[in-house]
Amino acid sequence: MSTPTSAIAARAWEVLAGVADPEIPVVSVVDLGIVREVRAEGAALEVTVTPTYSGCPATQVIEASIRRALANAGLEATVRTSLAPAWTTDWMTSAGREKLARFGIAPPGARLPDAPVRMRFVRTAPAAVACPHCGGTDTERLSEFGSTACKALYRCRACSEPFDYFKPL
Amino acid sequence: MTTNSNDPGSHGSREHVEYLLRLGDSTLVLGQRLAEWCGHGPVLEEDIAMTNVALDLVGQARLLLTHAGKVEGRGRDEDQLAFLRDVPEFRNATLTELPSSGVASAHATSGDYAVAIIRNLLFSAYHCELWRTLSASTDTELAAIAAKSLKEARYHLRHAADWTIRFGDGTDESHARAQAALDALWPYTHELFDTDPVEEAVARHGIGVESESLRQGWLDTVAPVVAEATLRLPSDTAFRSTGKRGLHSEHLGYLLTEMQSLHRQHPGAAW
Repeated sequence: MSTPTSAIAARAWEVLAGVADPEIPVVSVVDLGIVREVRAEGAALEVTVTPTYSGCPATQVIEASIRRALANAGLEATVRTSLAPAWTTDWMTSAGREKLARFGIAPPGARLPDAPVRMRFVRTAPAAVACPHCGGTDTERLSEFGSTACKALYRCRACSEPFDYFKPL
Repeated sequence: MTTNSNDPGSHGSREHVEYLLRLGDSTLVLGQRLAEWCGHGPVLEEDIAMTNVALDLVGQARLLLTHAGKVEGRGRDEDQLAFLRDVPEFRNATLTELPSSGVASAHATSGDYAVAIIRNLLFSAYHCELWRTLSASTDTELAAIAAKSLKEARYHLRHAADWTIRFGDGTDESHARAQAALDALWPYTHELFDTDPVEEAVARHGIGVESESLRQGWLDTVAPVVAEATLRLPSDTAFRSTGKRGLHSEHLGYLLTEMQSLHRQHPGAAW
């Protein structure tokens, strides 16, 4: 007698919650919100993932680690990539945000609306990002781009520590 | 290849393929240009910024060229399209292939960061308009790529606009170089908004857009940045570059030679 498909899907989600992001290993692919769907039909298991950034070099590694983790748990899965709807940091779980902060990466704030916005440059300070080390909000952006595609580089004026900020997207 | 201009979707009219190649080639070629800054950025943060933008653009190009290959239906994948076509088969806008050392100095080896930044301003502002419009394309794969790319283009624009203002409203030297870059690159922006029969065909089916309709939105983004940077918008001239029709400047060949050398020496190389 085979396991019911809902139980297979639930088991798959459990396994996926243990698959770490290769570049920020404190969060899982589920925490990041890049696993969009798990479908179990009969013996077939299909996992749908979406990339964070279109050029993110971690995407292929993530697909491979998902397949490997599921295979180790005795689950044979196909991994499908879907672009739409486009990934947003809003899909990051609250547990994921807390893990990021504890790791020293400021979690993403509110993202820009999708509608056209009148942009103001340089002279308007962006919304304050709290320092993940001391919690201070007197911080400044050093660079729009950081060590990976998804992060910007900030500095805390209170504790003088630099830190990464996971950019809202 | 069959040409069925009544087919708006999957298997592709010649114009549909041509249009996707234009989109993919412009992002690929500019991505390659920006990647040249890797290890050569003026400061570490900018080195990282340029390569991050390059990474986004190459990622977009992979999606677009993969899609173009499928719509074409001749079995060409992203690698074959990127690495095994020659200059006349590339459909990128000429603006994207110009060297970062400036338009006039073909053989200069050191890049001018003002050229890199001003081009990114002009191009990412165009990309924002383009991707926003194409998010509603009847080609659902293109719409998905556009919606994804729009988010990235916004960051590219913000980065380029910030630096345009710092350069323009900076020292005499940085102001002069930013203005020189803007003057040199401006004539090449006309091509981005020059509607031709390919665009008319894809626009009829809701796949693409007549690029002329993007110009006002683009100008509304670019002009305030230029003004805040205390720079002067150049006046328009009759010059029209023709990269998207396959007629390129002398610079593209050098770029392709470097970009394609590994794949041409080891056909089918993958890693």
